[in-house]
Amino acid sequence: MANLFARSLAVEAHDLVKVFPRGNVRALDGVSLEVEAGTVLGLLGPNGAGKTTVVRILSTILGPDSGRASVLGYDVVSQADAVRRTVGLAGQYAAVDENLTGRENIFMVGRLSHLSRKVSSRRADELLEDFGLSGAGDRVLKTYSGGMRRRLDLAAALVANPPVLFLDEPTTGLDPQSRQALWAAIEDLVRDGTTVLLTTQYLEEADRLARDIVVIDHGRVIAEGTPAQLKADLGTSVVSVTLGDPDAMDQAVPLLAPFSEKPPVIEDLVIELTVTDGPKAGAEVLRALDTAQIPIAGLALREPSLDDVFLSLTGHKTTIDEAEEAAKPRRRLGRSRKSDVADGKDAA
Amino acid sequence: MTMTTTTITAPVRLSQQSQGNRLSWAVSDVLTITWRNLLALTRTPQALFFTTLQPIMFVLLFTYVFGGAIHVPGGHYIEFLMPGIFVQTVIFGAMSTAAGLSEDLHKGLIERFRALPMSRAAVLAGRTTADVVRNVFVVVLITAVGYAVGFRIGTNVALFLCGVLLILFFAYALSWGFAYIGLSAPNAETAQVMVFPLIFPLLFASSAFVPVATMPGWLQGFAYHQPVTQVVNAARSLMVGGVLHDSGAVGAALLWCAGLLVVLAPVAVRKYRKVA
Repeated sequence: MANLFARSLAVEAHDLVKVFPRGNVRALDGVSLEVEAGTVLGLLGPNGAGKTTVVRILSTILGPDSGRASVLGYDVVSQADAVRRTVGLAGQYAAVDENLTGRENIFMVGRLSHLSRKVSSRRADELLEDFGLSGAGDRVLKTYSGGMRRRLDLAAALVANPPVLFLDEPTTGLDPQSRQALWAAIEDLVRDGTTVLLTTQYLEEADRLARDIVVIDHGRVIAEGTPAQLKADLGTSVVSVTLGDPDAMDQAVPLLAPFSEKPPVIEDLVIELTVTDGPKAGAEVLRALDTAQIPIAGLALREPSLDDVFLSLTGHKTTIDEAEEAAKPRRRLGRSRKSDVADGKDAA
Repeated sequence: MTMTTTTITAPVRLSQQSQGNRLSWAVSDVLTITWRNLLALTRTPQALFFTTLQPIMFVLLFTYVFGGAIHVPGGHYIEFLMPGIFVQTVIFGAMSTAAGLSEDLHKGLIERFRALPMSRAAVLAGRTTADVVRNVFVVVLITAVGYAVGFRIGTNVALFLCGVLLILFFAYALSWGFAYIGLSAPNAETAQVMVFPLIFPLLFASSAFVPVATMPGWLQGFAYHQPVTQVVNAARSLMVGGVLHDSGAVGAALLWCAGLLVVLAPVAVRKYRKVA
């Protein structure tokens, strides 16, 4: 009976601290996390939060200053070689050799993972097929698109059938179609029993793939739980009123503002109110509007998005500088309140 | 209904490698990295073409433009020149060790290698081994060009090949130093530029192109005792002989090469372990 509830941990990290002497940056300030075998943990945080440092320590590229971590029971410092034979790593910058073909890249990683020539080349065929790269397998990587490179990077990480996979921002900078394809590939892997630790800046990605989420900021864990728990812990929901008449705005805003715990967000004819008890507040709002005879075109109640959660946890409004934001027109953490709400509505 | 937490341990297939196994895999890792570097070389034939064109132009330049003005023992400048050209060629070639490693580092490839269960030294050993193979190719080509403009082996083929081996050994030792620079440079372009001020005085304030005796006295001390001169003089003794024979040079050159390798290889490997 007890076994039914047993949790097997594939990855454990306790109190990881890492200080980079250059600039005296405390990249990790006591991060602990656990990934249950066969699940996806989403490690969320803005740029510079320490996500990549966690992945590098767990994949033995970097040693922690203090704290300890293990993968499938192997210590990342004292049993680094065993960890390397257990983990597949696909990085932020598609670490592939541009001068080799797709097939040669996978073959190379297979050989360096100490698979035989025969197995390496068979795996290359299989993985190219699985990732829809069969046709491009004998082309030099310089000719690949960004999405193809990411897929090849992931394919190479899988050559030795690793039971644990670390994905460091696997879809950063990808177009929506490539992102969907990569998500589907990751979901397939998890269905087959692979344990995944995924870092991301995209809440949508964590929401779709991760069973559990750990949010870090400034090298510390600031929240953890399932996406649903994190949203519920926020304890608020949003009442969204669409007015039927633009002239009624001046009258409606002062009437509805007292219902909201934060200043109402107004965009065109929509007024959004942050409330604790959604259904009750919804009814009261409707009653007040009816009494004042203000015509409405719509009224909706929605759960907070992970964007709302992140914003309330970190208080960051804009964590990413403007230039980078412009270069990557994607849904990211910590955007302005206004577009958060607008996006959340689509998601709800 | 208590929640228990267990940690999965050691799957069977991850059995420890035996010591012998470990060594054979290390060799395999070096060969794999060598293979991929050579493959990359064939994928950029333009780069290979221009790096070989350069020494050919040097042969022609020194033979037909400067050669007439430079008086050397024995009177045949082309015989004096060719061993120097071989050494110059492999030194310039070693610059690509620095640039190539820097590129691997900054494109995230080394990060991937570090997360694999491969030998720690294989990335550097594979790179320097690939450079030896490339040097063999270039030396053969330059020998052919030398023959076309009048160079002849003055000793015998066996001694000539010993001279080639010595030059390859020198290049191999140097490429570990250039590997260190490549790992220290912020990018591939800077790595190239950083290497230049190091090799320039070593190459030109040496016996590679002109006799050291024609230099001012204060420079002769440095010029005669630095490794490039010793290697060039040793190569002349082995390839040309006669008036160009320098009895102590082969021993001195071998000592220099071995010494450089013993110092530079661990330094480069240590740097590789540190870069993250």
